[in-house]
Amino acid sequence: MNVISPEFKLISDWITPNSRVLDLGCGDGKLLKHLIDTHQVTGYGMEIDPQKNIQAIKKGINVIQSDLNRHDLCHYFDEDSFDFVIMTQALQVVSRPDELLDELLNVGKQCIITFPNFAHWRNRAQLMFLGKMPETDTLPYHWYDTPNIHMCTFKDFENLCEQKGIEVVARTVVNSDHRSSFGMSLLPNLLGEVALYKIQRKIADKSE
Amino acid sequence: MTTTNEVAKPQVLQVEEPLALISGAELPRYDLVYETYGELNADASNAILICHALSGDHHVAGVDENGKPGWWDGYIGPGKPVDTNRFFVVCSNNLGGCRGSSGPNTVNPVSGRIYGPDFPIVTCKDWVNSQNKLREHLGIDTWAALIGGSMGGMQVLQWAIDFPDKLRHALVIAAAPKLSAQNIAFNEVARQAIMSDPDFHKGRFIERDTTPKQGLALARMLGHLTYLSDDMMGSKFGRELREGKLQYNYGVEFQVESYLRYQGEKFATRQNFDANTYLLMTKALDYFDPAADYEHDLSKALAAATAKFLVVSFTSDWRFSPERSHEIVKALLDNDTDVSYAEVESQHGHDAFLLPNEHYEGVFRSYMQRVWKDIEALGGAA
Repeated sequence: MNVISPEFKLISDWITPNSRVLDLGCGDGKLLKHLIDTHQVTGYGMEIDPQKNIQAIKKGINVIQSDLNRHDLCHYFDEDSFDFVIMTQALQVVSRPDELLDELLNVGKQCIITFPNFAHWRNRAQLMFLGKMPETDTLPYHWYDTPNIHMCTFKDFENLCEQKGIEVVARTVVNSDHRSSFGMSLLPNLLGEVALYKIQRKIADKSE
Repeated sequence: MTTTNEVAKPQVLQVEEPLALISGAELPRYDLVYETYGELNADASNAILICHALSGDHHVAGVDENGKPGWWDGYIGPGKPVDTNRFFVVCSNNLGGCRGSSGPNTVNPVSGRIYGPDFPIVTCKDWVNSQNKLREHLGIDTWAALIGGSMGGMQVLQWAIDFPDKLRHALVIAAAPKLSAQNIAFNEVARQAIMSDPDFHKGRFIERDTTPKQGLALARMLGHLTYLSDDMMGSKFGRELREGKLQYNYGVEFQVESYLRYQGEKFATRQNFDANTYLLMTKALDYFDPAADYEHDLSKALAAATAKFLVVSFTSDWRFSPERSHEIVKALLDNDTDVSYAEVESQHGHDAFLLPNEHYEGVFRSYMQRVWKDIEALGGAA
Protein backbone atom coordinates (compact mmCIF):
# COMPACT_ATOMS: atom_id res chain seq x y z
CA MET A 1 0.00 0.00 0.00
CA ASN A 2 2.96 2.31 0.51
CA VAL A 3 3.41 3.12 -3.14
CA ILE A 4 4.59 6.68 -3.31
CA SER A 5 3.64 8.83 -6.25
CA PRO A 6 6.47 10.24 -8.34
CA GLU A 7 5.45 13.71 -7.13
CA PHE A 8 5.92 12.66 -3.50
CA LYS A 9 9.23 11.02 -4.43
CA LEU A 10 10.45 14.29 -5.92
CA ILE A 11 9.36 16.19 -2.81
CA SER A 12 11.09 13.68 -0.52
CA ASP A 13 14.36 14.32 -2.36
CA TRP A 14 14.17 17.93 -1.25
CA ILE A 15 13.57 17.18 2.44
CA THR A 16 16.49 17.11 4.86
CA PRO A 17 16.41 14.14 7.27
CA ASN A 18 15.27 14.83 10.85
CA SER A 19 13.67 18.10 9.86
CA ARG A 20 10.43 19.56 11.16
CA VAL A 21 7.67 19.51 8.59
CA LEU A 22 4.17 20.94 8.20
CA ASP A 23 2.09 19.41 5.41
CA LEU A 24 -0.81 21.67 4.47
CA GLY A 25 -3.71 19.88 2.88
CA CYS A 26 -2.05 16.62 3.93
CA GLY A 27 -4.97 14.49 2.70
CA ASP A 28 -4.77 10.97 4.13
CA GLY A 29 -1.27 11.67 5.44
CA LYS A 30 0.54 9.45 2.94
CA LEU A 31 3.33 11.92 2.18
CA LEU A 32 3.94 12.80 5.83
CA LYS A 33 3.94 9.11 6.80
CA HIS A 34 6.47 8.45 4.04
CA LEU A 35 8.68 11.30 5.25
CA ILE A 36 8.47 10.08 8.84
CA ASP A 37 9.42 6.55 7.77
CA THR A 38 12.19 7.48 5.35
CA HIS A 39 13.50 10.85 6.59
CA GLN A 40 12.65 10.63 10.33
CA VAL A 41 10.88 13.98 10.12
CA THR A 42 8.53 15.22 12.84
CA GLY A 43 5.62 17.59 12.52
CA TYR A 44 1.98 17.96 11.64
CA GLY A 45 -0.47 17.68 8.81
CA MET A 46 -3.41 20.00 8.29
CA GLU A 47 -6.50 18.90 6.44
CA ILE A 48 -10.08 20.10 6.23
CA ASP A 49 -11.76 16.92 4.93
CA PRO A 50 -13.20 14.73 7.74
CA GLN A 51 -12.73 11.40 5.95
CA LYS A 52 -9.10 12.18 5.07
CA ASN A 53 -8.53 13.23 8.67
CA ILE A 54 -9.70 9.84 9.85
CA GLN A 55 -7.35 8.13 7.38
CA ALA A 56 -4.44 10.29 8.55
CA ILE A 57 -5.13 9.57 12.22
CA LYS A 58 -5.24 5.86 11.33
CA LYS A 59 -1.72 6.20 9.91
CA GLY A 60 -0.53 7.68 13.19
CA ILE A 61 -0.08 11.16 11.74
CA ASN A 62 -0.60 14.26 13.87
CA VAL A 63 -3.33 15.94 11.89
CA ILE A 64 -5.02 19.21 12.76
CA GLN A 65 -8.39 19.66 11.10
CA SER A 66 -8.29 23.16 9.77
CA ASP A 67 -9.55 25.44 7.04
CA LEU A 68 -6.62 27.16 5.34
CA ASN A 69 -8.95 29.95 4.27
CA ARG A 70 -9.53 30.89 7.88
CA HIS A 71 -5.86 31.77 8.31
CA ASP A 72 -5.26 29.44 11.21
CA LEU A 73 -1.58 29.05 10.44
CA CYS A 74 -0.17 32.08 12.19
CA HIS A 75 -2.63 31.57 15.00
CA TYR A 76 -1.30 28.09 15.62
CA PHE A 77 2.41 28.45 14.82
CA ASP A 78 5.19 30.88 15.61
CA GLU A 79 7.65 32.22 13.06
CA ASP A 80 10.09 29.63 11.68
CA SER A 81 8.39 26.75 13.51
CA PHE A 82 9.16 24.40 10.64
CA ASP A 83 12.10 23.63 8.41
CA PHE A 84 9.69 22.84 5.59
CA VAL A 85 6.09 23.68 4.90
CA ILE A 86 4.74 21.49 2.13
CA MET A 87 1.64 22.25 0.12
CA THR A 88 0.84 19.88 -2.72
CA GLN A 89 -1.84 20.79 -5.24
CA ALA A 90 -3.60 23.14 -2.86
CA LEU A 91 -2.36 26.66 -3.63
CA GLN A 92 -4.94 27.05 -6.37
CA VAL A 93 -7.89 26.08 -4.16
CA VAL A 94 -7.47 28.63 -1.37
CA SER A 95 -9.23 31.98 -1.38
CA ARG A 96 -6.06 34.12 -1.30
CA PRO A 97 -2.95 32.24 -2.44
CA ASP A 98 -0.86 35.41 -2.14
CA GLU A 99 -1.72 35.88 1.52
CA LEU A 100 -1.30 32.19 2.28
CA LEU A 101 2.20 32.29 0.77
CA ASP A 102 3.13 34.96 3.30
CA GLU A 103 1.83 32.74 6.11
CA LEU A 104 3.68 29.70 4.81
CA LEU A 105 6.95 31.57 4.68
CA ASN A 106 6.30 32.99 8.10
CA VAL A 107 5.90 29.67 9.89
CA GLY A 108 8.34 27.77 7.65
CA LYS A 109 11.95 28.45 6.75
CA GLN A 110 11.40 26.91 3.32
CA CYS A 111 8.27 25.91 1.44
CA ILE A 112 7.71 23.22 -1.11
CA ILE A 113 4.73 23.94 -3.31
CA THR A 114 3.26 22.03 -6.20
CA PHE A 115 0.45 23.15 -8.50
CA PRO A 116 -0.89 22.49 -11.99
CA ASN A 117 0.26 24.77 -14.79
CA PHE A 118 -2.66 26.45 -16.52
CA ALA A 119 -0.43 27.47 -19.44
CA HIS A 120 0.31 23.86 -20.41
CA TRP A 121 -0.17 23.47 -24.19
CA ARG A 122 -3.18 21.14 -23.79
CA ASN A 123 -5.00 23.73 -21.74
CA ARG A 124 -4.06 26.44 -24.18
CA ALA A 125 -5.24 24.28 -27.08
CA GLN A 126 -8.63 23.52 -25.54
CA LEU A 127 -9.24 27.16 -24.87
CA MET A 128 -7.97 28.29 -28.25
CA PHE A 129 -9.44 25.67 -30.59
CA LEU A 130 -12.49 24.45 -28.69
CA GLY A 131 -13.24 27.70 -26.91
CA LYS A 132 -13.74 25.67 -23.70
CA MET A 133 -12.27 25.73 -20.22
CA PRO A 134 -9.66 22.96 -20.19
CA GLU A 135 -10.48 19.52 -18.81
CA THR A 136 -7.44 17.26 -18.57
CA ASP A 137 -6.00 14.47 -16.41
CA THR A 138 -4.35 17.10 -14.23
CA LEU A 139 -7.49 19.28 -14.21
CA PRO A 140 -10.31 16.73 -14.22
CA TYR A 141 -13.14 19.17 -13.38
CA HIS A 142 -15.78 21.24 -15.11
CA TRP A 143 -15.55 24.99 -14.86
CA TYR A 144 -18.54 25.08 -12.51
CA ASP A 145 -17.49 22.42 -9.99
CA THR A 146 -13.74 22.85 -9.91
CA PRO A 147 -12.13 23.50 -6.52
CA ASN A 148 -9.31 25.17 -8.46
CA ILE A 149 -10.50 28.75 -8.13
CA HIS A 150 -7.10 30.41 -8.54
CA MET A 151 -5.40 28.72 -11.46
CA CYS A 152 -2.09 30.21 -12.47
CA THR A 153 0.82 29.53 -14.75
CA PHE A 154 4.45 28.98 -13.81
CA LYS A 155 5.13 32.45 -15.07
CA ASP A 156 2.36 33.94 -12.93
CA PHE A 157 3.69 32.18 -9.86
CA GLU A 158 7.24 33.29 -10.44
CA ASN A 159 6.08 36.85 -11.03
CA LEU A 160 4.25 36.78 -7.72
CA CYS A 161 7.36 35.46 -5.98
CA GLU A 162 9.42 38.22 -7.59
CA GLN A 163 6.94 40.83 -6.47
CA LYS A 164 6.87 39.48 -2.91
CA GLY A 165 10.62 39.13 -2.59
CA ILE A 166 10.38 35.34 -2.45
CA GLU A 167 13.39 33.40 -3.66
CA VAL A 168 12.87 30.33 -5.82
CA VAL A 169 15.48 27.92 -4.48
CA ALA A 170 14.65 25.06 -6.82
CA ARG A 171 12.09 24.17 -9.47
CA THR A 172 11.16 20.92 -11.14
CA VAL A 173 8.65 20.75 -13.96
CA VAL A 174 7.01 17.45 -14.85
CA ASN A 175 4.14 16.05 -16.88
CA SER A 176 1.03 14.48 -15.36
CA ASP A 177 2.99 11.25 -14.84
CA HIS A 178 5.57 13.35 -13.01
CA ARG A 179 8.27 12.65 -15.54
CA SER A 180 10.54 15.36 -16.76
CA SER A 181 11.78 15.78 -20.31
CA PHE A 182 14.31 17.83 -22.20
CA GLY A 183 11.49 19.81 -23.82
CA MET A 184 10.07 20.78 -20.46
CA SER A 185 13.36 22.24 -19.36
CA LEU A 186 13.42 24.35 -22.53
CA LEU A 187 9.79 25.46 -22.53
CA PRO A 188 8.48 24.74 -19.03
CA ASN A 189 5.49 27.05 -19.17
CA LEU A 190 4.28 25.45 -22.42
CA LEU A 191 5.19 21.79 -21.84
CA GLY A 192 5.16 21.33 -18.06
CA GLU A 193 1.93 20.19 -16.42
CA VAL A 194 2.88 20.22 -12.76
CA ALA A 195 5.55 22.28 -11.07
CA LEU A 196 7.36 21.68 -7.81
CA TYR A 197 8.86 24.80 -6.27
CA LYS A 198 11.11 25.16 -3.28
CA ILE A 199 10.93 28.75 -2.09
CA GLN A 200 12.15 30.86 0.80
CA ARG A 201 12.18 34.43 1.96
CA LYS A 202 15.10 36.31 0.47
CA ILE A 203 17.94 36.67 2.95
CA ALA A 204 17.77 40.47 2.78
CA ASP A 205 14.07 40.24 3.56
CA LYS A 206 14.80 38.09 6.62
CA SER A 207 17.22 40.55 8.18
CA GLU A 208 14.71 43.40 8.16
CA MET B 1 -21.26 -2.10 16.08
CA THR B 2 -22.14 -4.87 18.45
CA THR B 3 -24.16 -4.16 21.53
CA THR B 4 -23.31 -5.57 24.88
CA ASN B 5 -25.43 -6.79 27.69
CA GLU B 6 -22.43 -7.21 29.91
CA VAL B 7 -23.57 -6.39 33.42
CA ALA B 8 -21.14 -4.03 35.09
CA LYS B 9 -20.75 -4.41 38.82
CA PRO B 10 -19.74 -1.35 40.80
CA GLN B 11 -16.78 -1.86 43.12
CA VAL B 12 -15.55 0.34 45.94
CA LEU B 13 -12.03 1.42 46.76
CA GLN B 14 -11.85 2.42 50.41
CA VAL B 15 -8.94 4.73 50.99
CA GLU B 16 -8.17 4.74 54.70
CA GLU B 17 -5.75 7.61 54.65
CA PRO B 18 -6.40 11.33 54.57
CA LEU B 19 -6.51 13.29 51.32
CA ALA B 20 -5.15 16.82 51.55
CA LEU B 21 -7.36 18.95 49.34
CA ILE B 22 -6.32 21.94 47.27
CA SER B 23 -8.66 24.13 49.34
CA GLY B 24 -6.56 23.37 52.43
CA ALA B 25 -9.25 21.11 53.88
CA GLU B 26 -8.67 17.43 54.40
CA LEU B 27 -10.79 14.33 53.88
CA PRO B 28 -9.96 11.87 56.69
CA ARG B 29 -10.83 8.90 54.45
CA TYR B 30 -12.85 8.34 51.30
CA ASP B 31 -14.57 5.81 49.08
CA LEU B 32 -14.26 5.75 45.30
CA VAL B 33 -16.87 3.70 43.51
CA TYR B 34 -15.86 2.45 40.08
CA GLU B 35 -16.68 0.00 37.33
CA THR B 36 -14.33 -1.87 35.02
CA TYR B 37 -14.90 -3.48 31.63
CA GLY B 38 -12.66 -5.86 29.73
CA GLU B 39 -9.57 -7.59 31.09
CA LEU B 40 -6.36 -6.07 32.37
CA ASN B 41 -3.49 -7.71 30.45
CA ALA B 42 -0.49 -9.34 32.09
CA ASP B 43 1.73 -6.25 32.05
CA ALA B 44 -1.17 -3.88 32.84
CA SER B 45 -0.47 -1.85 29.71
CA ASN B 46 -4.03 -1.78 28.31
CA ALA B 47 -5.79 0.24 31.00
CA ILE B 48 -7.93 3.24 30.13
CA LEU B 49 -9.49 5.68 32.54
CA ILE B 50 -12.70 7.42 31.54
CA CYS B 51 -13.47 10.71 33.30
CA HIS B 52 -17.11 11.71 33.60
CA ALA B 53 -18.87 15.03 33.11
CA LEU B 54 -20.87 17.14 35.56
CA SER B 55 -23.83 14.84 36.10
CA GLY B 56 -22.11 11.61 35.05
CA ASP B 57 -21.02 8.69 37.16
CA HIS B 58 -18.97 5.48 37.12
CA HIS B 59 -21.54 3.58 35.04
CA VAL B 60 -20.07 4.44 31.65
CA ALA B 61 -20.63 1.25 29.66
CA GLY B 62 -22.44 -2.07 29.64
CA VAL B 63 -25.69 -2.28 31.59
CA ASP B 64 -26.24 -1.98 35.31
CA GLU B 65 -28.26 -4.47 37.35
CA ASN B 66 -31.47 -2.74 36.25
CA GLY B 67 -30.49 -3.05 32.60
CA LYS B 68 -29.67 0.63 32.25
CA PRO B 69 -26.92 1.25 29.68
CA GLY B 70 -23.85 3.28 30.64
CA TRP B 71 -23.75 6.97 29.71
CA TRP B 72 -21.09 6.44 27.01
CA ASP B 73 -22.18 2.96 25.99
CA GLY B 74 -22.37 4.02 22.35
CA TYR B 75 -18.60 4.42 22.24
CA ILE B 76 -17.33 1.96 24.82
CA GLY B 77 -17.83 -1.81 24.61
CA PRO B 78 -16.90 -4.85 22.53
CA GLY B 79 -16.14 -3.75 18.95
CA LYS B 80 -16.83 -0.10 19.75
CA PRO B 81 -14.24 2.69 19.38
CA VAL B 82 -13.01 2.02 22.92
CA ASP B 83 -13.02 -1.72 22.36
CA THR B 84 -13.35 -3.62 25.63
CA ASN B 85 -12.14 -6.75 23.85
CA ARG B 86 -8.78 -4.99 23.79
CA PHE B 87 -8.77 -2.43 26.55
CA PHE B 88 -9.34 -2.63 30.27
CA VAL B 89 -11.65 0.32 30.88
CA VAL B 90 -12.06 1.96 34.28
CA CYS B 91 -14.48 4.69 35.28
CA SER B 92 -14.91 6.08 38.78
CA ASN B 93 -17.50 8.37 40.30
CA ASN B 94 -15.77 11.64 41.15
CA LEU B 95 -15.16 12.54 44.75
CA GLY B 96 -18.03 14.79 45.82
CA GLY B 97 -20.37 12.92 43.49
CA CYS B 98 -23.59 11.32 44.60
CA ARG B 99 -23.46 7.82 43.15
CA GLY B 100 -21.45 6.03 45.81
CA SER B 101 -18.11 7.81 46.09
CA SER B 102 -17.62 9.96 49.16
CA GLY B 103 -19.67 13.07 48.72
CA PRO B 104 -22.29 15.31 50.29
CA ASN B 105 -24.86 12.48 50.48
CA THR B 106 -22.53 10.16 52.43
CA VAL B 107 -21.72 10.00 56.12
CA ASN B 108 -18.96 12.14 57.58
CA PRO B 109 -16.85 9.60 59.53
CA VAL B 110 -15.87 12.26 62.06
CA SER B 111 -19.32 13.53 63.00
CA GLY B 112 -21.39 10.52 62.06
CA ARG B 113 -23.79 12.89 60.24
CA ILE B 114 -24.55 13.12 56.55
CA TYR B 115 -21.91 15.49 55.10
CA GLY B 116 -24.40 17.68 53.24
CA PRO B 117 -22.96 21.18 52.91
CA ASP B 118 -19.95 20.21 55.07
CA PHE B 119 -18.41 18.11 52.36
CA PRO B 120 -15.35 20.14 51.40
CA ILE B 121 -15.27 21.63 47.93
CA VAL B 122 -13.01 19.49 45.80
CA THR B 123 -11.27 20.58 42.60
CA CYS B 124 -10.16 18.91 39.43
CA LYS B 125 -6.69 18.41 40.93
CA ASP B 126 -8.24 16.62 43.91
CA TRP B 127 -10.12 14.31 41.56
CA VAL B 128 -6.91 13.49 39.77
CA ASN B 129 -5.12 12.84 43.07
CA SER B 130 -7.88 10.51 44.24
CA GLN B 131 -8.01 8.69 40.89
CA ASN B 132 -4.28 8.22 41.13
CA LYS B 133 -4.92 6.14 44.26
CA LEU B 134 -7.28 4.01 42.19
CA ARG B 135 -4.55 3.60 39.58
CA GLU B 136 -2.16 2.33 42.25
CA HIS B 137 -4.83 0.07 43.71
CA LEU B 138 -5.48 -1.55 40.33
CA GLY B 139 -1.77 -2.18 39.80
CA ILE B 140 -1.55 0.05 36.76
CA ASP B 141 1.73 1.88 36.29
CA THR B 142 0.69 3.93 33.27
CA TRP B 143 -2.73 4.43 31.70
CA ALA B 144 -2.70 3.57 27.99
CA ALA B 145 -5.10 6.48 27.62
CA LEU B 146 -7.25 8.88 29.57
CA ILE B 147 -10.50 9.87 27.93
CA GLY B 148 -13.03 12.48 28.95
CA GLY B 149 -15.69 14.76 27.55
CA SER B 150 -16.62 18.20 28.88
CA MET B 151 -15.63 18.32 32.57
CA GLY B 152 -14.09 14.88 32.02
CA GLY B 153 -11.87 16.37 29.30
CA MET B 154 -10.68 18.95 31.80
CA GLN B 155 -9.72 16.16 34.19
CA VAL B 156 -7.75 14.53 31.39
CA LEU B 157 -5.84 17.80 30.88
CA GLN B 158 -5.17 17.99 34.61
CA TRP B 159 -3.90 14.41 34.64
CA ALA B 160 -1.55 15.14 31.74
CA ILE B 161 -0.17 18.14 33.63
CA ASP B 162 0.01 16.65 37.15
CA PHE B 163 1.07 13.09 36.34
CA PRO B 164 2.73 13.35 32.93
CA ASP B 165 4.42 9.95 33.14
CA LYS B 166 1.25 8.12 34.15
CA LEU B 167 -0.55 8.30 30.79
CA ARG B 168 0.49 7.69 27.21
CA HIS B 169 -2.50 9.22 25.43
CA ALA B 170 -4.95 11.97 26.37
CA LEU B 171 -8.31 12.33 24.62
CA VAL B 172 -9.80 15.72 25.43
CA ILE B 173 -13.30 15.99 24.01
CA ALA B 174 -15.67 19.00 24.00
CA ALA B 175 -13.65 20.66 26.74
CA ALA B 176 -12.08 24.03 27.52
CA PRO B 177 -8.87 25.08 29.28
CA LYS B 178 -10.98 27.09 31.75
CA LEU B 179 -14.49 28.46 32.06
CA SER B 180 -15.43 31.78 30.53
CA ALA B 181 -17.29 34.48 32.47
CA GLN B 182 -20.45 33.36 30.68
CA ASN B 183 -19.90 29.72 31.73
CA ILE B 184 -19.41 30.80 35.35
CA ALA B 185 -22.48 33.01 35.14
CA PHE B 186 -24.65 30.08 34.02
CA ASN B 187 -23.27 28.00 36.90
CA GLU B 188 -24.03 30.78 39.37
CA VAL B 189 -27.66 31.03 38.22
CA ALA B 190 -27.94 27.25 38.61
CA ARG B 191 -26.54 27.43 42.14
CA GLN B 192 -28.87 30.27 43.08
CA ALA B 193 -31.81 28.26 41.80
CA ILE B 194 -30.85 25.41 44.15
CA MET B 195 -29.93 27.49 47.17
CA SER B 196 -33.06 29.63 47.01
CA ASP B 197 -35.36 26.60 47.06
CA PRO B 198 -37.09 26.54 50.51
CA ASP B 199 -36.40 22.80 50.65
CA PHE B 200 -32.64 23.37 50.40
CA HIS B 201 -32.36 23.94 54.18
CA LYS B 202 -28.83 25.29 53.86
CA GLY B 203 -27.80 21.99 52.35
CA ARG B 204 -29.17 19.82 55.18
CA PHE B 205 -32.15 18.58 53.17
CA ILE B 206 -31.35 14.85 53.46
CA GLU B 207 -31.60 14.96 57.23
CA ARG B 208 -34.98 16.65 56.83
CA ASP B 209 -36.02 13.93 54.46
CA THR B 210 -36.61 16.27 51.54
CA THR B 211 -34.79 17.56 48.46
CA PRO B 212 -34.79 20.97 46.75
CA LYS B 213 -36.54 19.48 43.72
CA GLN B 214 -37.71 22.75 42.21
CA GLY B 215 -34.32 24.41 42.48
CA LEU B 216 -32.43 21.40 41.19
CA ALA B 217 -34.85 20.96 38.30
CA LEU B 218 -34.41 24.64 37.40
CA ALA B 219 -30.62 24.28 37.55
CA ARG B 220 -30.81 21.26 35.29
CA MET B 221 -33.14 23.03 32.83
CA LEU B 222 -30.65 25.86 32.59
CA GLY B 223 -27.71 23.48 32.26
CA HIS B 224 -29.49 21.36 29.69
CA LEU B 225 -30.23 24.46 27.65
CA THR B 226 -26.51 25.18 27.38
CA TYR B 227 -25.90 21.64 26.11
CA LEU B 228 -28.21 22.10 23.12
CA SER B 229 -27.83 24.31 20.08
CA ASP B 230 -30.32 26.82 18.73
CA ASP B 231 -30.41 24.89 15.43
CA MET B 232 -31.08 21.57 17.12
CA MET B 233 -33.85 23.01 19.29
CA GLY B 234 -35.27 24.69 16.20
CA SER B 235 -35.38 21.47 14.22
CA LYS B 236 -36.57 19.34 17.14
CA PHE B 237 -39.21 21.65 18.61
CA GLY B 238 -39.51 24.81 16.55
CA ARG B 239 -42.48 26.75 17.90
CA GLU B 240 -44.63 23.66 18.07
CA LEU B 241 -47.48 23.86 20.57
CA ARG B 242 -48.69 21.04 22.80
CA GLU B 243 -52.36 21.87 22.44
CA GLY B 244 -52.21 23.06 18.86
CA LYS B 245 -53.21 26.61 19.73
CA LEU B 246 -52.16 29.37 22.10
CA GLN B 247 -53.80 29.18 25.54
CA TYR B 248 -52.90 32.67 26.76
CA ASN B 249 -51.85 31.45 30.18
CA TYR B 250 -48.60 30.54 31.97
CA GLY B 251 -48.91 26.81 31.62
CA VAL B 252 -46.73 24.65 29.42
CA GLU B 253 -47.62 25.72 25.90
CA PHE B 254 -44.63 25.20 23.66
CA GLN B 255 -43.15 21.73 23.20
CA VAL B 256 -39.71 23.04 24.11
CA GLU B 257 -41.05 24.12 27.52
CA SER B 258 -42.50 20.69 28.09
CA TYR B 259 -39.21 19.05 27.10
CA LEU B 260 -37.12 21.21 29.42
CA ARG B 261 -39.47 20.72 32.36
CA TYR B 262 -39.35 16.99 31.75
CA GLN B 263 -35.54 17.01 31.75
CA GLY B 264 -35.41 19.04 34.97
CA GLU B 265 -38.02 16.94 36.71
CA LYS B 266 -36.38 13.66 35.69
CA PHE B 267 -33.01 14.81 36.99
CA ALA B 268 -34.33 16.05 40.33
CA THR B 269 -36.73 13.24 41.13
CA ARG B 270 -36.31 9.94 39.27
CA GLN B 271 -32.53 10.26 38.97
CA ASN B 272 -32.47 11.85 42.43
CA PHE B 273 -29.26 13.77 41.76
CA ASP B 274 -27.89 15.34 44.93
CA ALA B 275 -28.27 19.11 44.98
CA ASN B 276 -25.09 19.59 47.02
CA THR B 277 -23.15 17.56 44.48
CA TYR B 278 -24.51 19.81 41.73
CA LEU B 279 -23.29 22.86 43.64
CA LEU B 280 -19.90 21.27 44.22
CA MET B 281 -19.39 20.11 40.63
CA THR B 282 -20.23 23.55 39.23
CA LYS B 283 -17.77 25.10 41.67
CA ALA B 284 -15.04 22.66 40.67
CA LEU B 285 -15.70 23.63 37.06
CA ASP B 286 -15.50 27.34 37.87
CA TYR B 287 -12.19 26.85 39.66
CA PHE B 288 -10.61 24.77 36.90
CA ASP B 289 -7.77 26.80 35.41
CA PRO B 290 -4.55 24.77 35.14
CA ALA B 291 -2.72 27.69 33.55
CA ALA B 292 -3.19 29.75 36.74
CA ASP B 293 -0.34 27.82 38.39
CA TYR B 294 1.90 28.63 35.42
CA GLU B 295 1.71 32.42 35.11
CA HIS B 296 -1.64 32.03 33.35
CA ASP B 297 0.16 30.55 30.38
CA LEU B 298 -1.49 27.35 29.16
CA SER B 299 1.55 26.51 27.03
CA LYS B 300 3.73 26.57 30.13
CA ALA B 301 1.15 24.49 32.01
CA LEU B 302 1.28 21.83 29.30
CA ALA B 303 5.06 21.99 28.84
CA ALA B 304 5.60 18.99 31.10
CA ALA B 305 2.90 16.88 29.44
CA THR B 306 4.40 13.93 27.58
CA ALA B 307 1.17 12.23 26.51
CA LYS B 308 0.04 12.26 22.90
CA PHE B 309 -3.22 14.14 22.47
CA LEU B 310 -6.43 13.92 20.54
CA VAL B 311 -8.59 17.02 20.89
CA VAL B 312 -12.15 17.00 19.55
CA SER B 313 -14.72 19.79 19.38
CA PHE B 314 -18.19 20.12 17.86
CA THR B 315 -19.21 22.95 15.56
CA SER B 316 -22.51 23.83 17.29
CA ASP B 317 -21.16 23.52 20.84
CA TRP B 318 -21.45 27.01 22.31
CA ARG B 319 -20.85 25.95 25.90
CA PHE B 320 -17.27 24.86 25.08
CA SER B 321 -16.93 26.04 21.51
CA PRO B 322 -14.30 24.89 18.99
CA GLU B 323 -12.38 28.09 19.75
CA ARG B 324 -11.85 26.82 23.31
CA SER B 325 -10.39 23.61 21.91
CA HIS B 326 -8.16 25.68 19.59
CA GLU B 327 -6.64 27.20 22.75
CA ILE B 328 -5.73 23.73 23.97
CA VAL B 329 -4.37 22.70 20.56
CA LYS B 330 -2.35 25.90 20.29
CA ALA B 331 -0.76 25.34 23.72
CA LEU B 332 0.13 21.77 22.72
CA LEU B 333 1.58 22.92 19.40
CA ASP B 334 3.67 25.50 21.24
CA ASN B 335 5.30 22.58 23.02
CA ASP B 336 5.72 20.48 19.85
CA THR B 337 3.48 17.90 21.52
CA ASP B 338 2.00 15.14 19.39
CA VAL B 339 -1.59 16.26 18.86
CA SER B 340 -4.40 15.61 16.43
CA TYR B 341 -7.48 17.79 16.34
CA ALA B 342 -10.90 17.15 14.86
CA GLU B 343 -13.69 19.69 14.57
CA VAL B 344 -16.80 17.61 14.11
CA GLU B 345 -19.77 18.99 12.20
CA SER B 346 -22.82 18.46 14.40
CA GLN B 347 -26.02 20.31 15.21
CA HIS B 348 -26.33 18.74 18.64
CA GLY B 349 -24.39 21.35 20.62
CA HIS B 350 -22.36 20.29 23.65
CA ASP B 351 -24.32 17.03 23.92
CA ALA B 352 -22.83 15.91 20.61
CA PHE B 353 -19.94 14.24 22.39
CA LEU B 354 -22.34 11.58 23.68
CA LEU B 355 -24.28 11.06 20.44
CA PRO B 356 -23.68 8.98 17.32
CA ASN B 357 -21.81 10.83 14.56
CA GLU B 358 -19.93 9.20 11.70
CA HIS B 359 -16.98 11.60 11.65
CA TYR B 360 -16.61 11.62 15.44
CA GLU B 361 -16.79 7.85 15.62
CA GLY B 362 -14.27 7.49 12.80
CA VAL B 363 -11.80 9.80 14.52
CA PHE B 364 -12.35 8.20 17.91
CA ARG B 365 -11.98 4.68 16.51
CA SER B 366 -8.86 5.40 14.47
CA TYR B 367 -7.22 7.18 17.35
CA MET B 368 -7.93 4.25 19.67
CA GLN B 369 -6.33 1.96 17.08
CA ARG B 370 -3.24 4.06 17.49
CA VAL B 371 -3.45 3.67 21.28
CA TRP B 372 -3.70 -0.08 20.68
CA LYS B 373 -0.66 -0.07 18.36
CA ASP B 374 1.36 1.58 21.11
CA ILE B 375 0.31 -1.19 23.49
CA GLU B 376 1.33 -3.77 20.89
CA ALA B 377 4.68 -2.04 20.51
CA LEU B 378 5.17 -2.42 24.27
CA GLY B 379 4.55 -6.13 23.80
CA GLY B 380 1.33 -6.09 25.78
CA ALA B 381 -1.13 -7.14 23.11
CA ALA B 382 -0.61 -10.87 23.50
